[in-house]
Amino acid sequence: MSSASAAGSEARADEQACFHCGEPVAGDDAVFSMVAEQRRGFCCHGCLAATELIHGLGLDAYYERRESAAAEALTRTNAKAEALARYDDPALQRRFVTWDDDGHCTATLSIGGMRCAACSWLIEERLARLDGVLRANVGLASGRALVEWDPSRVELSEVLAAIGALGYRAFPYEPDLAEAMLKSERRASLRRLGVSGLGTMQVMMFSVALYVGAFGDLEAAHRHLLQVASACVATPVLFYAGWPFLAAAWRDVRLWRIGSDVPIALALVTAYGASVLATVQGQGEVYFDSVCMFIFFITLGRTIERSLRTRAELRVRNLVGRVPQAARRVEGGGVYDVPVADLAPGDVVKVETGERVPADGVLLSGVGEVSEALLTGEPTPLTKQAGDALLAGSEVLDGSLRLRVERTGAASTLQQIASLLDRAQLEKPPIAVLAGRVARIFVSAVIAAAVAVGLAWWWIDPTQVIPVVVAVLIATCPCALSLATPSALAAATHGLASRGFLITRGHALEALAGVSRVVLDKTGTLTAETPVLVDVQLVSTKLTRGEALRLAQRLEHRSNHPIARALRDLEGADVDRSDPGLQAVDAFARSEPGMGVEGEVDGRRLRLGRPEWAAGSGASTPKGAPELAGSVPMTSILLADEREALAWFVFEMPLRPGAEAMVGDLGVLGLQSSLLSGDPSQAGVDSVARRLAIEDAVGNASPEEKLARIETFEASGDHVLAVGDGVNDAPLLGRASVSVAMGSGSDLARLRADAVLLDDRLGTIPLALRWARRTRRVVKQNFTWAVVYNLCALPLAAMGVLAPWQAAIGMSLSSLLVVGNSLRLRSDSSRELAGSEESWARSTS
Amino acid sequence: MGALYILIPIALLFLAAAVWAFLWAVDHDQFEDLEREGERILLDEAPRDPAEARDEADAAREAGEQA
Repeated sequence: MSSASAAGSEARADEQACFHCGEPVAGDDAVFSMVAEQRRGFCCHGCLAATELIHGLGLDAYYERRESAAAEALTRTNAKAEALARYDDPALQRRFVTWDDDGHCTATLSIGGMRCAACSWLIEERLARLDGVLRANVGLASGRALVEWDPSRVELSEVLAAIGALGYRAFPYEPDLAEAMLKSERRASLRRLGVSGLGTMQVMMFSVALYVGAFGDLEAAHRHLLQVASACVATPVLFYAGWPFLAAAWRDVRLWRIGSDVPIALALVTAYGASVLATVQGQGEVYFDSVCMFIFFITLGRTIERSLRTRAELRVRNLVGRVPQAARRVEGGGVYDVPVADLAPGDVVKVETGERVPADGVLLSGVGEVSEALLTGEPTPLTKQAGDALLAGSEVLDGSLRLRVERTGAASTLQQIASLLDRAQLEKPPIAVLAGRVARIFVSAVIAAAVAVGLAWWWIDPTQVIPVVVAVLIATCPCALSLATPSALAAATHGLASRGFLITRGHALEALAGVSRVVLDKTGTLTAETPVLVDVQLVSTKLTRGEALRLAQRLEHRSNHPIARALRDLEGADVDRSDPGLQAVDAFARSEPGMGVEGEVDGRRLRLGRPEWAAGSGASTPKGAPELAGSVPMTSILLADEREALAWFVFEMPLRPGAEAMVGDLGVLGLQSSLLSGDPSQAGVDSVARRLAIEDAVGNASPEEKLARIETFEASGDHVLAVGDGVNDAPLLGRASVSVAMGSGSDLARLRADAVLLDDRLGTIPLALRWARRTRRVVKQNFTWAVVYNLCALPLAAMGVLAPWQAAIGMSLSSLLVVGNSLRLRSDSSRELAGSEESWARSTS
Repeated sequence: MGALYILIPIALLFLAAAVWAFLWAVDHDQFEDLEREGERILLDEAPRDPAEARDEADAAREAGEQA
């Protein structure tokens, strides 16, 4: 069925993108293989394995159904087996797993990377085939999955690994209180919608009878019956479904505020009151149908808008609401996994390389490199020794640390992150504030007009006062006006989120539409965060390249440094953990922060790192360091033993795919680009700038210098879009008009920025800019329409030409038109967006 | 037309039943993920046994070639 052929064979046009994940097929990892009798290209063996798995399970329909290559390249999603195994710990599972009477477990998982229904179908089908999984429901809109399993047959870590093998990120999720509230609000809104909808339909039926009967013969008794029936239906509709309007209007009136709910409530109460009076007295018209329709259509518009907004919020929560960390507590001679929330001051905790410090404390023993980027934005690793303070949330880059906990709880990182997030959600975008003010003026004018018209008709024909005033209030309802902006913003946010561009601040879209300059960070943004080993140059003749590589891999097997990861991720680099030789390295290996790693392998003491340090243990620094000039940023390290230098390892920091096309696209959009980097090598910065055709490039910039540069741009009238990964540029992300953080960036950057590029695809940035401009156009269209409609409807209603129910339909149609116009923004079918898609596709081929 | 005095209350009863059913559906998350559930009926249940799946795919292809 499939046979892999060697890399390096020519790729045909339809094999330019990885069949599984869509990344470009290039470089040494590319492999071609026959799948279902068709030759396909893959970016790496991981993706090939995923495709073979899918085919083996008979799930090929996935490739036919899906709308885009959503899964990520497998090289990025492979979580380590040990990391997943922690989720099997019962103590940790207490937080997010529910056990039922049969002994089965249920948990909610957060799944990243799904784009369309085919993705969720694939995951569901894959899990269904896993022995021990009883139920798996994957929700596309929420990015969540509900899984029920039998713990005696399968472990949670296996479930997570199965999802990861397909190219999606999965981890357990613990929804918080705010989210529970979102859900119950949504439900309440739906309930009201249903009641008002069904009620409207029923009342309309009665109304038809009444209208027809008005022209023909209708006995008074029957008319009365129909009116009473209508009242019975309209009453719960008004007081249950219409309650939000009544309550809000009452609040506004009590505080002498004019809110947009006031005319609505006024109209409803007037119409309902007059109708009840007419029913009781047996004479006059009833307007129960207008009341119900009015409530139904307004609720419909608001429900649609709210659901769009809630989806965006759920996605943001997915980003940060991870399972609370587990901590390793040392007690009585053993080390136990406990949830962070269970820690108390005085506990002793062990933290390994790559993990986060779970609580504020004091380092007891061990030396390590720690990054406090999450809290301070400073990426420079700090060396910590016994007696130094450690902050909750800092990441251990290198070392095995024991610390004594001092502070927990509210001071914890998760709490900080959560409060940052809450603050962000509460900020109102400026245009919404403006719209609110306009709405208030508008509403006062409307009420004044209604009163005037009422008085006029009282003088002309008192029987018409009620219907005319009600019609005026309904026809001039500013619902369309107040829906104009929020619906457009919500739809565009939703559409962009499905493309991997997650907006976390209300004002981001407006700001994006007005951007004039884009400032880009280099490392981690324009270049991928992991270096790639491109060459092993031997210095000594006593070993082969393969042996040198093997030594290097064994030395670095515990480190989390990007260079160590690059060495480990090489094909065939699976280091056998039970290898006794490895234990020896473990026992001795230590890393010198900023310099390299040292250890003993096969009886030799070796160093791998900066040339001066590596050679310093006895050998002299060899001449002939590899040439590093090139169009791509590079770095090299030296492997040496006690007597001589052994080999150079040359790494390349490749530019992200699509970087050149993105910069070109920005030019097409009429924007200036700047490169602002903290990399001390100006040559490296210049070479990247030349390659991308960016004229303004500054290197070796400290965080303060970066901030100052942004401020200069802003002061001179530029609206700046800052793009970074947060290592060394979190402050500037807060200062620019609008900022975008890379999905792979630091947590702090992702929270401070106004938007997050979830899949790190640079081509999405010009797409988002175009989308934002389109949103601005749609908002203007909405405003124009809403105002025009109200101006036309008012005279008609005032003259008595418009019956209340006609006014209700007209107003509702106008609101729905606005919402419908905004819904166009959910997808990118317009031609301008196609332009950016083409250029991105071209760049990846 | 005297029947109206019976029919209209019956209509109201039906309405109450419909409202009750709708509220039940909302409370049981029937409206949670409309896109996914809508597509579910379109996507075929893939057979559990991979061998069966391959046989199905082969049969479908042959049928397509003959057509």
